[in-house]
Amino acid sequence: MDKKFLFYILKRLGLAVVTIFLVITITFFIMNFIPGGPFMSEKSVTPETMAALEAKFGLDKPLGEQYLNYLKGAIRFDFGPSMKMDGRNVMDVIMEGFASSAKLGLIAAAGAIVLGLIFGSLAAVFHNKLIDRIIMVVSTAFVAMPSFIVATLLLWLFCIELNVFPANGQTAAGLVLPIISLMLYPMAYIIRLTRSSMLDVLSQDYIRTARAKGVAPSKVLFKHALKNAVTPVITYAGPMVAFILTGSLVVEQIFAVPGLGKYFVSSIINRDYTMIMGTTIFLAIIVTIMMLLSDILYKLFDPRVDLS
Amino acid sequence: MKKTDVKNLLTKRPLSLHLDTSMWEKASEESKQQKIVERESVTFFKDGMRRLFKNKVAVTCAILLVLIIVAVIVIPMVYPYTYDQQLSLMGDLPDASYNNLKPFEYGATEQAKIEAGEDVFPHILGTDSLGRDYFIRVVYGTRISLSVGLFASIIVLIIGTLYGSIAGYAGGKVDLVMMRIVDIIYSLPDMLMVILFSVVFKQTLAPAIEGTILEKLGTGMISIFLVFALLYWVSMARLIRGQILSIKQQEFVLTAKALGATPARIIRKHLLPNCISVMVISTALQIPNAIFTESFLSFLGLGVSIPMPSLGSLASENLSYIYSDVYRLLVPAITICIIVLSLNLLGDGLRDAFDPKQKK
Repeated sequence: MDKKFLFYILKRLGLAVVTIFLVITITFFIMNFIPGGPFMSEKSVTPETMAALEAKFGLDKPLGEQYLNYLKGAIRFDFGPSMKMDGRNVMDVIMEGFASSAKLGLIAAAGAIVLGLIFGSLAAVFHNKLIDRIIMVVSTAFVAMPSFIVATLLLWLFCIELNVFPANGQTAAGLVLPIISLMLYPMAYIIRLTRSSMLDVLSQDYIRTARAKGVAPSKVLFKHALKNAVTPVITYAGPMVAFILTGSLVVEQIFAVPGLGKYFVSSIINRDYTMIMGTTIFLAIIVTIMMLLSDILYKLFDPRVDLS
Repeated sequence: MKKTDVKNLLTKRPLSLHLDTSMWEKASEESKQQKIVERESVTFFKDGMRRLFKNKVAVTCAILLVLIIVAVIVIPMVYPYTYDQQLSLMGDLPDASYNNLKPFEYGATEQAKIEAGEDVFPHILGTDSLGRDYFIRVVYGTRISLSVGLFASIIVLIIGTLYGSIAGYAGGKVDLVMMRIVDIIYSLPDMLMVILFSVVFKQTLAPAIEGTILEKLGTGMISIFLVFALLYWVSMARLIRGQILSIKQQEFVLTAKALGATPARIIRKHLLPNCISVMVISTALQIPNAIFTESFLSFLGLGVSIPMPSLGSLASENLSYIYSDVYRLLVPAITICIIVLSLNLLGDGLRDAFDPKQKK
């Protein structure tokens, strides 16, 4: 590994740290902008109870000190107690919800990558043939659909009209539809990415050479072409994780999956401020790390990429 | 030599190796005409439009969009019901027979009118749970979603162009600092920040805009615009900066500088007109993005404020009717898909037609 690459990783790492720090800072201060404090909505709170509540959440201290305390906690993934769910820590709630969200997200991401690569390569190999046309039309349509619309359409079609899957996301069969609704958009995006980079690679001279010297067609496709065409897909890994995580916020709501998204949406409705802050920061950290990884992997996979 | 000999020399004799002198004769007017290039010169814009009109998909999408835009402008003008009019509250007493009507059904008093021989305008898509005509709500929601998309993209365009052109033109340290800021904003997870900002703006903006004209827009809409103004301009700024960087090296910019033009004038008159295709293309692709975001926020309950409808909020309001009246959910959902899809395809078509790099 040369010096330039090491420098790039350091620079990229620095940017990631700054990003996470900024997310925490913005989240903290912007939530403090909301006038009246989080307990205003509670009915008939006596001044004593109010003071006790504020002391419990450390809201009686000056803002600077609160910020430092929050920052210290956030580094250790400690976002304090939830304001609306009695006696529960924000991080415990997040971990509980994230376990099922992560399962959903990982399956959806894996499915999107595998299917995206397969259909993308198919479209490129049969360029301008019927298969290519069909794949492109379908993937263009999926790119135009927000995940919550895909989710509602699937719910209507498969749960109510055809009655194949349960509408409830608590069982294994019920997880099929949420996974599909999270998967379709990234899959369509990867199909388009793979197709265009595959078309580019297939017209290169070394593919012609490989074919001319009699390499088996399947070997040309998988070993020579796909390996080189896959790099743009790596750059999409970061944004894809971001998309699936935020998409799961509504999809989980629609299919009643007991995941992080469900807690997040209900915390927005209940104005559970510590929960909103904690979830935002937690998800932002995951997204930032994924972006970092995909950027570094991209440079690692493709030495032609300029590091400057 | 005599004079006549010269003339003899110039005429070619049969079988001689003499060059044919007619080749050096003056061209006649007729043959001059033939040499003029048949194809008339086309401007960049004309050329692009010609290529755009050849693209059938893009033209279909453009026609579809124009139809939708005309429809959402004209229909509310001629339609007898309004989006926030509760038909059930029209009489002296609340009349529940107007709530949750199916398509082409009528409320009790309307039924009486029809039996008396009067004409009553049908409720094409029925009414919602508060007795509001659903068709006009969808039309109005489409109007809101489209205008949110358009205005948000214009905000992005203005801020991104200003920032990008200043960074690109200034170059050096200014550029470095400005682009670092862009890098950082770019790396923030935008959807999460959008949700966070919307939560906060929805709470804080209400007292700030009370009594002004902005109050009519509602906090939800303004927070969407603010979020776009704060976060979404960065990719536009990057794009414009890249363009400016490459254009500012060219001679005509140097000439303008030598003639004493101010930087502001050079950016306005010489650099930005050369970026216009990039600006149009990315704005066209930004609109569906904004509609996407708006519908997502509305679905979470953070978008436009009630009673104003948007396609996203209509879809989310009617999610519970999926078992009984599924059309109520499908109509706004499919409308969003159609709008986003045609904007995407039109944007792609514009890029193919106007991006000089892809010119064949």
